[in-house]
Amino acid sequence: MTDFLDPLPWLIVLPLAWGTLAFLLGPGRGGRLAVAAIALQGVLALQLAGQLIDSGARVYAVGGWGASLGIDLMADGLAAVMLLLTQAVALPLAVYARGYFAAHPKGRALFWPMTGFLLAALNALFLSADLFNIYVTLELLGLAAVGLVAIAGGRQPVTAAMRYLFATLLGSSAYLLGVALIYGTYGSVSLVVLTPLIHSGAPLAVTLAAALMLLGLLLKTALFPFHFWLPPAHGGAPAPVSALLSALVIKATFYLVLRLWLELFAPLTTVAAAQLLGVLGAAAILWGSVLALTQSRLKMLVAYSTVAQVGYLFLLFPLATLVPPDAADSAVQGGVMQAVAHGLAKAAMFATAGSMIVATGRDDIGHLGGIDTRLPLTLFSFGLAGVTLMGLPPSGGFSAKWLLLSAALETGQWWWVVVMIVGGLLTAAYVFKVLRRAFLPVAEGDHVARVPRTLEFSAFALALAAILLGLFGAPLLDLLAIGRAA
Amino acid sequence: MSAALLYALAGAALFAIGLAGLLLQPHLLRKILAFNILGSGAFLILVGLGQRDGTADPVPQAMVLTGIVVAIAATALALALARQLLDLTGQMRLPEDRPDAEPVDD
Amino acid sequence: MIDPWLPALVVLSSLLPGLIIFFLAESRIRLRTTLNLVGAFAKLALIGVMLWGVLNEHEYVFRYTVLPGLDLVLRADALALLFVSLSAALWLFTTLYAIGYLEGAPNRSRFFGFFSLCVTATVGVAMAGNLFTFFLFYELLTLATYPLVVHRGTEKALRAGHVYLAYTLTGGALLLIGTVWLYGLAGQVDFVQGGSLAALPPETAGQLQIIFLILIAGLGVKAALVPLHGWLPMAMVAPAPVSALLHAVAVVKAGAFGIVRVVYEVYGIEFAQSLALLLPLAIAASITIIWGSLRALFQDDLKRRLAYSTVSQVAYIVLGVALFGPLGTIGGLVHLVHQGIMKITLFFCAGNYAETLGIHKVSEMNGVGRRMPWTTLAFTLGAFGMIGVPPLAGFISKWYLGLGALEAGMPWVLAVLAASSLLNAAYFLPILHRAWFRPPPTAWPHEHIPQRGRWETAPLLLLPPLATAAATLVVGLLAASDFSPLDWAKLIADREYLQ
Repeated sequence: MTDFLDPLPWLIVLPLAWGTLAFLLGPGRGGRLAVAAIALQGVLALQLAGQLIDSGARVYAVGGWGASLGIDLMADGLAAVMLLLTQAVALPLAVYARGYFAAHPKGRALFWPMTGFLLAALNALFLSADLFNIYVTLELLGLAAVGLVAIAGGRQPVTAAMRYLFATLLGSSAYLLGVALIYGTYGSVSLVVLTPLIHSGAPLAVTLAAALMLLGLLLKTALFPFHFWLPPAHGGAPAPVSALLSALVIKATFYLVLRLWLELFAPLTTVAAAQLLGVLGAAAILWGSVLALTQSRLKMLVAYSTVAQVGYLFLLFPLATLVPPDAADSAVQGGVMQAVAHGLAKAAMFATAGSMIVATGRDDIGHLGGIDTRLPLTLFSFGLAGVTLMGLPPSGGFSAKWLLLSAALETGQWWWVVVMIVGGLLTAAYVFKVLRRAFLPVAEGDHVARVPRTLEFSAFALALAAILLGLFGAPLLDLLAIGRAA
Repeated sequence: MSAALLYALAGAALFAIGLAGLLLQPHLLRKILAFNILGSGAFLILVGLGQRDGTADPVPQAMVLTGIVVAIAATALALALARQLLDLTGQMRLPEDRPDAEPVDD
Repeated sequence: MIDPWLPALVVLSSLLPGLIIFFLAESRIRLRTTLNLVGAFAKLALIGVMLWGVLNEHEYVFRYTVLPGLDLVLRADALALLFVSLSAALWLFTTLYAIGYLEGAPNRSRFFGFFSLCVTATVGVAMAGNLFTFFLFYELLTLATYPLVVHRGTEKALRAGHVYLAYTLTGGALLLIGTVWLYGLAGQVDFVQGGSLAALPPETAGQLQIIFLILIAGLGVKAALVPLHGWLPMAMVAPAPVSALLHAVAVVKAGAFGIVRVVYEVYGIEFAQSLALLLPLAIAASITIIWGSLRALFQDDLKRRLAYSTVSQVAYIVLGVALFGPLGTIGGLVHLVHQGIMKITLFFCAGNYAETLGIHKVSEMNGVGRRMPWTTLAFTLGAFGMIGVPPLAGFISKWYLGLGALEAGMPWVLAVLAASSLLNAAYFLPILHRAWFRPPPTAWPHEHIPQRGRWETAPLLLLPPLATAAATLVVGLLAASDFSPLDWAKLIADREYLQ
C-alpha cells in the first residue's frame, strides 16, 4: 500500500488529473479543485523531503519497468527543494487567482487546466532521471506556459505568446539535437549511466552536444542576450500567469542548466565558459535593472526585474567551477537559495502588482497614488518582496547574497562583488520608484477601489515566506546537501 | 560513408535549413513549417546515429515517436495562435514589439 | 548565568506593538496610544532589569544561527546598555511628543507603526553582538525610517526620501562588503572587549586597513561624516518628531555607535593605533566638526541649522573614539548620551515653534520668548549645553575630550574643540538674543495653537522638551555621582583599556 501512495508518481499524476478534470468541468471552473489538489501536492512534496532526509536520494521506476525501456524518476535534495518551491508558490497563487479572476474574468476560461499541466510538467521535470524525459517535460512546460500567456487574448499578449513559442521551441530543438548526439555517442540517455561515461572521456560530439543543450536552455531561461521574449510575455499576461511564469518556469530551466553543468558535463566545463556565463549574468543584471527603471507600466517593470534577477542566478557558475570545494559549495547554496527566494518574492511582486492594477483600474506607475492608505497590506507585501530582491537582511535574498559574496571573496573574484552590490542598489532604485509613488495622495481623476481580502493575504503569504527563508534557511541547505556527494 | 553518418549529415542539414527558416522567414506559416523541418532534422539524427551494427535500435525509435507527438502538439498550438493573430491584426506576421503602446486592460 | 530572553524581549517590546498598530484603523486613537505607551514602559522596565543584572555579573546573550557560520547575536553588555537606555528613554518622550504633534493629522497608524519599527531597529543596533547582527539592524533602520521621512507625501518629502535612500543604501552596501570580507578573513567577528583582530597574521594588515576604511565609510554615511552627510539637512522635511528621533537617537547615533564598536570591539584600540588608523579618523572627525558648524552659521531655516549642528556634534563622538587613551574614550561615549538629550530638546522646541506659531526660520523668532517662555527656556538650556557652558551636559563631554586630546598627544584637537565651541556660540547665541531680547512682531506667521491660560502650547508638546532640558541640567550637575552617564562611560573605558 505504501508503494501505491509513493509521492513521486503522484506529484506528476495529480496535477495532470485535476488539470484534465478542470477542462472537462467547463470554462473557468476548477478553482477550488485546484487549490485542494495543490495543497495535497504540497503535502506529498513534504513527505518526499522527509523520505530523503531519512534514507537519502531515491529512484522510482514508473510502472515497475526499469530504464532503458521504461522511465525512471529520481529525487535528490536539489529536486526536493525545487518541488517544495513549486508547490509553495503554486498554492498561494491558486488562491490569488481565484480571487483575481472573480474580479477580472478575462482569460479565466482556460486558466485552471493550463495551470494543472504546467505544474505536472514542472514536477515531472524536477523528477526526471534521463535526458529525453527532460525533453518531453520541457516541451510540455513550454506549451503550457505559452498557452497561459495567451489565455486572455488581445493583440499584444498573443504576439508575445507567439514570440515566446518560437523561442521556446527553438530552445527545445537545440536541446533535442544535443540529446541525439549524446545517444549516438553512448547509446544511453540515462543520467546515472552517462555521468561516469562522460567523466572518463568525451569526444568532440559530446562537447558539441553540451553546448547545444546549454544554449537551448539559456534561451528558455531568458539569460541576456536571449531575454527578448520575456518582458512582453510576462508583462502582458494576467497577473497570476506572470507570477507563475517568472517564479517557476524560469527556475525549471535554470535547474537543468545547474544539473548539467555541475554533474553530467562537469569534466567539460572550463573556467572561460563559466566566466562567460557570469559576464552574461552581470549584463543581465545591469541591463534588466536599467530598463526596469525606465518603464512606465508596473507589470513591465516587474518583468524586467525578472530579466535582471535571472542574471544573479548565473553568477554562481564562475564561483563554482574549478574552485576549492568550500567556495563551490557556498556558491551553489547561494544560487539555489537565490532561485527559491526569487521564486517566492517575484510571485509576491506580480501578485501585488495585479492587486494594484485591479484597484486603480490601470497598469501605470504614475497613477499609483493613494495605494498606501487603501491597500496597505498589498503595498507592504510589495515592499517585503522588494527587500528580498534587493538582498537586504533578513531575507532569503540576503542569505543568498551573503553566500555568493563569501564565495566570490574566497576565490578572489572580487569583480562579482561589485556586480552584486551595484545590482542591489539598482534593484532598490526601481523598487522604491514604485513605493514612493504609492505614498502620494490619490491624483485627480483616479480612483482606488478595495480589492478582495484573498488577493492581499495570498500575496502577503508569499512575501512573508521569502523573508522567513532568511531566518530559517539552514534546513533548506541541509536538504540540498542530500545526494550531492555525486 | 556509413548509413549512420549519412543520416546524421542529412539531419544536420535539415536542422540548419529549418533554423534559417525559423529565424529569417517573416511569414508565420513558414516559421511553423521551418520548425517542423528543424524537428525532423533532429529526429533523423537521433534515429540515424542510434543504429548499432546496422540493426534498428528500438529506444531512439520510441523517442522519435514521442517527439513527433510533441511536435504535433506544438504545431497545433502555433497554428491556433497564428490564426488568432490573423484575426486580431489581419496579417500573418509578428507585429513590431511595442508593449508600451498598448493600454493593456487585464 | 546566561539569560537569552531579555535581549529578545527588549526588541519585541516595540516590534509587536508596531506590527499591531499597522493594522489599526485611524480612529482607534486610545488603543494605539495605549499600545505605544505600554511598549515604551515595558521596554524601560526590561532595560532596568538588565542594568541591575549586568551590575551583578549576569550575562544576557541571545544567539540564533541563520546560516552555518553566520549567527545572529544580541548581547547586553555595558556599551549596549548605554545606547539602549538612551534610546528607550528618549523613545518614550518622543512618543508623547509625537502624539501631541500629530493630533488630527492623517495616517497616524502608519506613522506610529514605522516609528515602533524604527525603535526596534535601534535597540537591535545597540544590542548587536557581532558585525552581521549590527548590519542586519542597521539596514532595517534604513528601511523603517524611509516611510517616516516621506510621511507627508509632498514632492519635497519624496525627493528628500530619494536622496536619503541613495546615501543610506550605499552606506549599507559598503558596510556589507566590509563585513563579508572581514568574516572571510577572521571567521565570525563577535564584538569582544579589546577587539579580536590583533590575533590575525601580520600579512593581513594591508587588507585590514582597507576593510577599516570601507567600514568607516559605510558607517560614516549614517553618522553624517563629511562628505557623506548630504542626506541629513534634506531629511529635515520630515515632521519634527521624526527629526528629533532621527537626529538625537536613531540614525546618526547608530552610525556613530557602529564606529565605536568597530574601533573598540572589532579592531581594539591598541591594534587600531598600531595600524595607523586613528589619526585619519581624528582628522575626518575634526573636518566634520568645523564644516558642520560653519554651514550651520549660514542657515536661516531653524531645523536645517540644527541639522548641521548635529553633523558637527556627532563627530565629537567619533573624535573621542579616535583619541587614543581612556579620557578621549570617556569623552566620546558620554557625549553619545549628552548630545542625544540636548539635541532632542532643541528639536522638540523647533517643532513647538512650528506647530504653535508657524515659525520655521530664525529670522521669524524675534521675541518668541515672550509668547513661549518655557519652550524658549528649554531651548536655551539645550543651546548652552551645546556650546559647552558648565555645568551643563555638553561641558562635561568637551572637558573629557580636551583632556583626552592632551593625553593622546594631539594638542591641535584642542584648537578644533575651541573653534567649534566658538562657532556653536556664534550660531546659537543670536537665536537666543532674538528670542529673548527683540520685540515680537505684531502677528505670528500662523498661530495654530493659541495661548490657553498658563499653557503656551499643547501640554504634550511642552512637557517633553522641559523634561529633556531638565535632564541636560541634571546629568551635568550630577555627573560625578554613581549611575550618571559619565560614570557608565568610565566603566566602559576602564574595561576597554585594561586589556
